[in-house]
Amino acid sequence: MSERGSIIYLEGVTVDYDGFKALNNLNFIVNYNELRVVIGPNGAGKTTLLDVICGKTKPASGRVIFGKDTELIGKREDEIVKLGIGRKFQAPSIYANLTVWENLDLSVKRVSKGVLHTMLKTSTHEEQARIGETLEVIGLKDYAPTRAGSLSHGQKQWLEIGMVILQDPSLLLVDEPVAGMTDRETEQTGILLQSLAAKHAIVVIEHDMEFVRQIARIVTVLHEGTVICEGPVEKVQADARVREIYLGRQKVAHA
Amino acid sequence: MKKSCRFLLLLLGLLHPVNDCAIAEEPQASVSTGASVERALAQLTSEDEAMREAALRTIIEQGDVNLIPRLDEIRANADRSIRQVIKPVMDLLKNRANLESPKNDVRRSAATDLGTSGKQVAVPWLERAAGKETNKWVRYTMEESAALLKLATDDPSTKLAAAEKLAELSSQNGVPALRELVKAGESPDATDVQQGLAKAAASAIERIETWAAWSNAIETIFRGISLSSILLIMSVGLAIVFGLMGVINMAHGELMMVGAYGTFVTQELFKTFLPAPMFDYYFAFAMPVAFLLAAGCGFLLEATVIRFLYGRPLETMLATWGVSLVLMQAARVYFGDLTAVVAPAWLSGGQQAMVGVYLPNNRLFVIALSVFCVLAIYAILFRSSLGLRVRAVTQNRNMSACLGIPTRRVDAYTFAFGSGLAGIAGWALTLIGNVEPGLGQNYIVDSFMVVVTGGVGKLAGTIVASLGIGGLNKLLEPSLGAVYGKVCILVLVILFLQWRPSGLFAIKGRHADS
Amino acid sequence: MTENHDIQPHAQRDVGLAFWVTGFVLLILMPLLNVIPPEDSWLHLSDFSLNRFGKFLAFAILAIGLDLIWGYTGILSLGQGVFFGLGAYCMGMHLMLTIGKESVYGSELPDFMVWNQVKELPFFWKPFYSFPLALFGAILVPTLFALVFGFLAFRSRIKGVYFAIITQALALVAWLVFNRNETNLGGTNGLTDFKQLLGFRLSEPGTQRALYVVTVLCLGGAYLLCRWIIRSRAGKVLIAVRDSEQRVVFSGYTPANYKLFVFVTAAALAGLAGMLYVPQVGIITPAQIGVLPSLEMVIWVAVGGRGTLAGAVLGAVSVNLGRSVLTNYFPELWPFILGGLFVAVVLLFPDGLIGILRNLKEQVRVRKPVVVAEGETLT
Repeated sequence: MSERGSIIYLEGVTVDYDGFKALNNLNFIVNYNELRVVIGPNGAGKTTLLDVICGKTKPASGRVIFGKDTELIGKREDEIVKLGIGRKFQAPSIYANLTVWENLDLSVKRVSKGVLHTMLKTSTHEEQARIGETLEVIGLKDYAPTRAGSLSHGQKQWLEIGMVILQDPSLLLVDEPVAGMTDRETEQTGILLQSLAAKHAIVVIEHDMEFVRQIARIVTVLHEGTVICEGPVEKVQADARVREIYLGRQKVAHA
Repeated sequence: MKKSCRFLLLLLGLLHPVNDCAIAEEPQASVSTGASVERALAQLTSEDEAMREAALRTIIEQGDVNLIPRLDEIRANADRSIRQVIKPVMDLLKNRANLESPKNDVRRSAATDLGTSGKQVAVPWLERAAGKETNKWVRYTMEESAALLKLATDDPSTKLAAAEKLAELSSQNGVPALRELVKAGESPDATDVQQGLAKAAASAIERIETWAAWSNAIETIFRGISLSSILLIMSVGLAIVFGLMGVINMAHGELMMVGAYGTFVTQELFKTFLPAPMFDYYFAFAMPVAFLLAAGCGFLLEATVIRFLYGRPLETMLATWGVSLVLMQAARVYFGDLTAVVAPAWLSGGQQAMVGVYLPNNRLFVIALSVFCVLAIYAILFRSSLGLRVRAVTQNRNMSACLGIPTRRVDAYTFAFGSGLAGIAGWALTLIGNVEPGLGQNYIVDSFMVVVTGGVGKLAGTIVASLGIGGLNKLLEPSLGAVYGKVCILVLVILFLQWRPSGLFAIKGRHADS
Repeated sequence: MTENHDIQPHAQRDVGLAFWVTGFVLLILMPLLNVIPPEDSWLHLSDFSLNRFGKFLAFAILAIGLDLIWGYTGILSLGQGVFFGLGAYCMGMHLMLTIGKESVYGSELPDFMVWNQVKELPFFWKPFYSFPLALFGAILVPTLFALVFGFLAFRSRIKGVYFAIITQALALVAWLVFNRNETNLGGTNGLTDFKQLLGFRLSEPGTQRALYVVTVLCLGGAYLLCRWIIRSRAGKVLIAVRDSEQRVVFSGYTPANYKLFVFVTAAALAGLAGMLYVPQVGIITPAQIGVLPSLEMVIWVAVGGRGTLAGAVLGAVSVNLGRSVLTNYFPELWPFILGGLFVAVVLLFPDGLIGILRNLKEQVRVRKPVVVAEGETLT
């Protein structure tokens, strides 16, 4: 994996919360059009990894390069979003008091998201068509005029994914998309993510191993803030250390 | 609260020696009246002026305080010119006797009076008394008075020595007389001696004023610390509640008012139902009263209003503000506008720490109380099971609930405890100002600022912020005035929040935003 | 907004019937009732009542702005009185200067300056000789002030309780500063004793009527402006900021800019309200801009119903009407009622009067089909 072919490149990143190292000298690379799954036990630093990429957390040291040579450290979150990084949060984060349509409409990628531009311009036909398409993709076509706060948990998750899709990011960060979903919803979400991977690079954080096996091509295992193993699902599952710290627990949990 | 009572008693004991600011008493007779004095008394009313003068001198030199009733008698029968002459003599005798008084304050004020009497005859008395004196500040005043008198003699060398002595004592009282000397030296027809004296006086003034600048600085720092500790006592309850529940209780000031009125009512009850000697104990007794009253109000407030508004901090602010309006108006209707609490004797007066530095007891008490409160809170938070629960819920409410901690009950107790602290703040504030319905409003915005600046999560933030805001307030006040000092502080707080938007100590980590 | 228009709710573009009815009553009916019926008629609206209502409507302008920032965007500003005061003082200074030689001391200088032995008009008073500059200043000064204050606050992401407290401190500080004599703003007594505006005597009912009409027009304008803002996409962003600021950031918006925009708009409206208030009431003092008045303004919006512009207007008028009636008869009771309102509105009626009205409407609507259904079974 060369630096030039990667969409996101983290080198030696350390995040320190009052002495607790959430990330410890982490190296992490994702290529264009890759669907990467990050797994790891609680507190392994998965969410912190996403926080660092999207500028929510400032690392104590290290480099974060987006695309060819854009340094992300020191940039504000909204600047990073404009560069083309979208994020879906663990807990669904949508606008409860707006309709599904309005939720999506606000998320559409536009030339400017400044106050004046936003106030004066109405959506173009093209944009409306895209919103319509996305509504179909996320299966919320019938809910367009519904207040988003009244959607079910799974629908909210999809709505948020739809909002991120409309931003048309080149890198999509997805934090536990299937938490709290039914099996059917989970499967649909998997299909959705896989279809998205054709156009975007995606980093998914997940706990659900079923789901991971469904979607993953390459899996990265985090433990105590560092990568301990990376590769195809089978390879990762075969790794002794991973079995010990992660899959072992899963087995116990399943038993 | 047992601990606090013990602490209070200790404080009481520490401060007790000050309890001697009573009115000057007539000292006991010790010397019998000699024959020459008898003669002098008889001559006081004589027609011959020289004889009268001599008689007066004799009385001053040989007489004592026992002559005062007799002099009074003579004065009552004499004409006006004689009355005017006798009065200062009586004062001199009384003050001379008071120099021997067992009470520090009496000796000291006698020395002060003698120093301003202009009677050279008092110099040896003062010097003798100073030689025997054991109390530092009384001796200081005696020496100062003697030097002041000497400065008024005609003998240049004595004057010179006196100026030197005053400089050594850093005596602010000496400055006017010294200035006179400087002025005399500046006049065109001043003699060499006068010019020499002027020079000495000028250098003495300089020394005195350098010291005054220092003592001023020290007093400013003290006032800063004193204000800081008031802010701290008020803010600490607010900060604990804010840290735990994310709630700013806008009625906190009115809970202080409740504590203050609790103190007032306790005082009135003591006055009405208990014998007078018990009165001074009312203040110590009022502390638990204030705490419990305010804590009770807080408990009710939590149960009836705040409980229903969790997760909606802005609405909580508005609702508690409504409560504060109601409480304030209730106090206004019931108690009227002005009611004062009389500080117990052991808390009035003050301590002299240095020349020109006087520390009032009530302020010292508030400082000690704030230290005590902080220690007590630390003890409760880190040594008791309630404290453990409070810290657990503060850090992770859901996890605590899962572990079986009754988070709602912890909230209720913590809120009541924070309110109780407001009550204690109100109790302490009765020493500093009147008890009035608007009592809470005077400082409350400042203490909100303290909480915001200090941030949540650590008590240290509240302590540092109180010191910072209180200290700055008093530091800026002399040069900018109180109002512009406040403006400055608001600007500084806003600028500070640029750097640290959630205060000094913000909770870091993944829960920071939730 | 064409083909997908139908799947977006609340997309009605025309102002409703209620707007026109209210406009007719306020703008035409009330002044007519003041002028036409003879004074002893029950239809007659007294000069005093009309003037008082004008004051309430000026407050309503402020309430609309406050609703924009608090109701829609979720930012609680407890310093709205300051912006109101800045607007009011700008206008008040102009009115002070037009008193001229009619003042008690017969000096060109305002009376309080003569009293304070100020010899020359301070420089910042001079522009206010001009009426257009005073109008301009009444909007511009609060706007600029809000711009600087808001920039600092929002840039560093001061929000929630922190922002509320900082703005409250601002109100306290402004109150302290306006109370000082050396700031040459009239001290505790404020600015008063105005005589005329553009040559019209303020004591004339006709002048007051004209001011009332101007106020109604301004209120209408403010309402339409804010309505337009909240119906634009930017308005949706405001609601989005309230719902999930994090999501707004990750959708590529800069929330600070939107907050600043709405804060400044609210400040400008507060300034406008202050400007209209002063000539109608005839006095402005620091007491109207401090901590308590600023909080009361929030309660107007809360009582009316936050998040609806009509609610803000309704709240401002009804609370102030209640206040002026009650303080007349039971002055001691008013703080209890106000405090009770704070608690009750927050705890029991979070949607305020508008919410109550809406519920009633809903109940009527629910009942109607039942009646029809019964009718159908009968036939």
